[in-house]
Amino acid sequence: MKDFKVVGKKVRRVDALGKVTGQARYAADLADPHMLYGAVLRASLSHARVVSIDVSQAVSFPGVEAVLTAADVPGRNRFGTMIPNQRVLADDKVRFRGDGLAVVAARSAREAARALSGIRVQLEPLSAVFSPEEAMKRGAPGIHGKSNIFVHHKVRKGRIADGFRRADVILRRTYTTALIEHAYLEPEAVMARPDGEGGVLVEGCVQNMYTTRRGLSTVLRLPLAKIRVVQTTVGGSFGGKDEVMTVLAARAAMLALRTGRPVQMVNSREESFHESYKRHPYVMEYRIGAKKNGRLTALEVRMVANAGAYATTTPFVVWRSVVQCAGPYVVPHVKADAYGVYTNTVYTGAMRGFGSPQGNFGIELLMDELAGELGMDPLDLRILNGIRTGSRTATGQKLDQPVAFIETLERSARSINWKRRREELDGQPRNARRRKGIGMAASYRGCALGAEGTDAAGAVVSVQTDGSVIVWSGIAEVGQGYYTVIAQITAEVLGVNLADVTVLPYDTAIMSDSGPSVASRSTMLGGTATRRAAGRVRRKMLAEARLILRTKAKSMDLERGWVVSSGGQRRMRIRDLAAACFERGVALFEFGWYKGPDIHWDEQRGRGSPYFTYVYGTNMAEVEVDQETGEVRVLQFVSAHDVGRVVNPQGVLGQIYGGVAMGLGYGLLEEVEEREGRLVTENFDEYLIPTSLDMPQMKAVMVENPDRHGPYGAKSVGEPTTEIAAPAVVNAICHATGQRVRDLPANLERVLLGKKLVRT
Amino acid sequence: MYICLTVNGKPVNVTVHPGRRLVDVLRMDLGLTGTKIGCEQGECGACTVLLDGRAVNSCLVLMSQVEGREVLTIEGLTDDGELHALQQAFVDTGAVQCGFCSPGFLMSAYALLSRNPHPSRDEIVEAVTGNLCRCTGYRKIFQAIERVAGCVAARTEEQ
Ligand code: FES
Ligand code: FES
Repeated sequence: MKDFKVVGKKVRRVDALGKVTGQARYAADLADPHMLYGAVLRASLSHARVVSIDVSQAVSFPGVEAVLTAADVPGRNRFGTMIPNQRVLADDKVRFRGDGLAVVAARSAREAARALSGIRVQLEPLSAVFSPEEAMKRGAPGIHGKSNIFVHHKVRKGRIADGFRRADVILRRTYTTALIEHAYLEPEAVMARPDGEGGVLVEGCVQNMYTTRRGLSTVLRLPLAKIRVVQTTVGGSFGGKDEVMTVLAARAAMLALRTGRPVQMVNSREESFHESYKRHPYVMEYRIGAKKNGRLTALEVRMVANAGAYATTTPFVVWRSVVQCAGPYVVPHVKADAYGVYTNTVYTGAMRGFGSPQGNFGIELLMDELAGELGMDPLDLRILNGIRTGSRTATGQKLDQPVAFIETLERSARSINWKRRREELDGQPRNARRRKGIGMAASYRGCALGAEGTDAAGAVVSVQTDGSVIVWSGIAEVGQGYYTVIAQITAEVLGVNLADVTVLPYDTAIMSDSGPSVASRSTMLGGTATRRAAGRVRRKMLAEARLILRTKAKSMDLERGWVVSSGGQRRMRIRDLAAACFERGVALFEFGWYKGPDIHWDEQRGRGSPYFTYVYGTNMAEVEVDQETGEVRVLQFVSAHDVGRVVNPQGVLGQIYGGVAMGLGYGLLEEVEEREGRLVTENFDEYLIPTSLDMPQMKAVMVENPDRHGPYGAKSVGEPTTEIAAPAVVNAICHATGQRVRDLPANLERVLLGKKLVRT
Repeated sequence: MYICLTVNGKPVNVTVHPGRRLVDVLRMDLGLTGTKIGCEQGECGACTVLLDGRAVNSCLVLMSQVEGREVLTIEGLTDDGELHALQQAFVDTGAVQCGFCSPGFLMSAYALLSRNPHPSRDEIVEAVTGNLCRCTGYRKIFQAIERVAGCVAARTEEQ
C-alpha cells in the first residue's frame, strides 16, 4: 500500500485555534442588538390533562413581545422519527415534568423569566406511572395510547430448548443500569432569525441538522427549503443534541416568526437536566447455558427499557441492544426480546453507545459469573467462545470481514499482564481492608446505522484558484474531531497541506440530507463521501495538467503542493494548476456521495445481517476497593480497539481516553435520581461526573484491521470506547471483594451493600 | 453602580447593578464570550478567570467585589495574536475536543504555572479538579500542561 502523507499521521485538530483563544462561537455566544430572549414555562405535574392556559396577563408584562402556547403552533404539533409523538408545547396532556406549556419572548432574559409568573395554567392531574414495571401492568394509565409498551424487538437463533438441554451449567441473573445524563459541558442553546421572506434561519448546537429541519418544517408548516439550519461550534453532544434541540429550535423559531425579531433560547444547566433526554435505564434478565468445558449452548434474554414520556429513538436503541445481546460470542441458540415502555419520567434517547452500554453491561457481567461458576478464567472463557472471521452472530450473520476480536483480547491481556496479575491478586489476604481486583469486558459493535435507516452521506470539495480548498460535509462536527479527519482525507487525495484545507460549518442550505451524525458513522460514511468528492476534483486536475504539460503520462500524481511525474519530478505547482483550471473554464467543485452497502433484517423472524461491518474491543481494569467505605479507585486501565485504520491518531486517542472516562462515570458514579417523576439531581453538585482526580493510568491499544467499506479502511471509534468500561470496572470490583454488584452505578453503597448480600 | 476595574490589562469602567455576576458582564457587556457558562454554581469551571492572579469561578463573583481589581480572561492570554505557550500546547497535544471547557482549563493552568512553574503531575491534577471535561478524559490536558511546565513527565506515556 502506498505511503500516506497525511492520513494516519499525527496532526493538529483543524478547529483547535478558536477553541483555545476563546474566539470559537458557541450558540450562547451569538448576539444581535435587536434580539429577544426566550423563556419556557414547564409543567408542575408528571401526568395531567391541560385544561387551560391563560396568557392574557403575561403579554402585558414589561418587555414582553410574545407569549405562545400549543394553540399558536402554525403547523402540526408533532415530531419524531418513527413514532412522531413529541410536542413543541404540551397540548392535550402533560406527560413529564419537562414538558413546556408556554414560551415567552422578551427584551431581556430577566423580563422573560418574570413574565412566566403571569401565565395562568390549569392542569387536571392524572394518575402517573414512574417505572416500566408499573407501566406494563394491565390497567396502568396509558400515556399515549392504551398500552405503554410501544416497542418490541426480538432475535431468534436455533432452538432455545435444545440449547438448554445440552447445557451442563445454567445460570439466571438480573442486571440493571441507571438513568444517566449526557452532561455535555455546553447546555443547549439556539438563535432563530426570520429571513424576511417568511422563512427562518436557525443557528445552534444542533447535532442533526436535517432531523431538526424536518421537525421545524412540520411544526412551522414551512417547506424544507424555507428553513436553514446552521451549526455553531458544539460544546459536546454524545448523541444528546437531537430532539431536545428540535424543541428549542422550534420554540425559538415560532417566537422569531411571530415577533419578526431574532430570538435566543439558552438552557441553564437545571433546565438542561429537566428537559433533555437521557440514557435509558434497563432491567435485563438472562438465562445462559454452557458445557462443562465452557462452550456456550444457549442464551435467553429479556430487556426492558424505560423510554420515559416520548418515543424518539427508543425503537432503534432497543433494537441495537437486542441485536448485540449475545456480545462478541458464538452462541448456537438464542432467544432475546427487548421492550421499550413509556413512563411519566424524563424521556430517554440516543446517548453514545446507543443501547450497547446497557446490553454489554449485562452480558459481560454474566460471562464473568459464568466463568466463576465453571471455575474458569474469564479471559479463557471469552477466548473459547469469542467470534472469529467466519463466525455466525446471534442474528445468524456470517462475519465475512476480518474479525479482530481475539486480537483485542490478547493484546490487552498482554498489556496488563492479565494471568500474572490475576493470580497475584488472588493471593491477597482475604480480610485486608483494601483489596485489589482486575476485571475485563469485551464487545463487538455494528458500524453506522445498520437496519435503522438509510446510510448515505454527502460532501463537497472545492479547490479555489489559489490552490486552497474548501470542504463542506453533510455530517456534523460535535467535538469528536470529524472535521480534522475529512480535512486529512482531502489533503491526502489532493496532495496539499492540511493547512490549505478549510472545513466550513455544517449548513442545510449547502449539503444534501446526509442523515444524522450518530452511530459512529461519521468517518465511514462522511469520510468516504469526502474521499469521492476529492477524487473527482483530483481526476479533473490531473486531466487538465496533462493538457497543459502536453503529456499523455498516466502516472502523474499530486503531492506536497506539486503535480509530479512518475519519476517524482516536480512539474507544476498545484496552486498554478488551480489558477489555470479557472482560466480554462474548468470548475474544481465536486460533490461526493456514499451509500453504505445494503443490509438485511427480518423483523418477523428476528434474524438477518443488521450491519455491514463491525468493530471489536476489550477493556481491562485494575481497581482497589476500600472494604470499609466502599470507595473504589481505578488504578490502571487498558482499552484495546479495532478501529479499522487510524486516520488521526491524536483523535483516536482522544476518543479512547474520553470514552473510558465516560464509561467509568457510568460504572461508578452517575445516576439521575427521580422521585415520583421529579428530578432530584439537576446540576453538577449532585450529578457527579468523573473529575481529574478519578482518572486511572490509561493505556490505549489501537488494533488496525482495515475494512473494505471505510475510507482507507477506517471504521468507527466514537462509541465503542465507552461501552465496556463500566462492566470491566464492576467485574474488577467483584474480583477484589468476592461479592457481586449487579446494578449500576457501583457507588459506595452498592459496593458496601454487596458485602451483606449472600452469593446466590 | 459605577465600577472601575482592569480587564486583560486595560482599564474598564462600567455602570452596572452591583449584584450582577462578573461572568455576565464579561460576556454580555464586554463581549468577552470566551469565558463560558456551564453550571452557574461553581461546579464546572467553564467560567474560570483570574482575579488578581488567582483562578476564580466568575459565575460566583459579583460586580460589587471587583472594584479596582484585575481580571484576566482567555482573550487576555493571547499576546498580540501570539498564542500563549499553554494555548499552543493544548493545540499540539490534542487537549481540545469540543473545546467548551478549554478556556477554563487554560486559565486554571495559567494560574497554577504563575505560582508554581514546575508542578508535579499530582499538583496539576489538583489544580484542575474544579474544571470538568466530558470529552477528553483529562489525560491530554495534563500532558499539555506538563509540556509547558517542562516536566520530565511530558514523556509520551500512551505509545
Ligand atoms: S459556570 Fe461557573 S463554575 Fe460552572
Ligand atoms: S473538550 Fe469538551 S468538555 Fe472538555
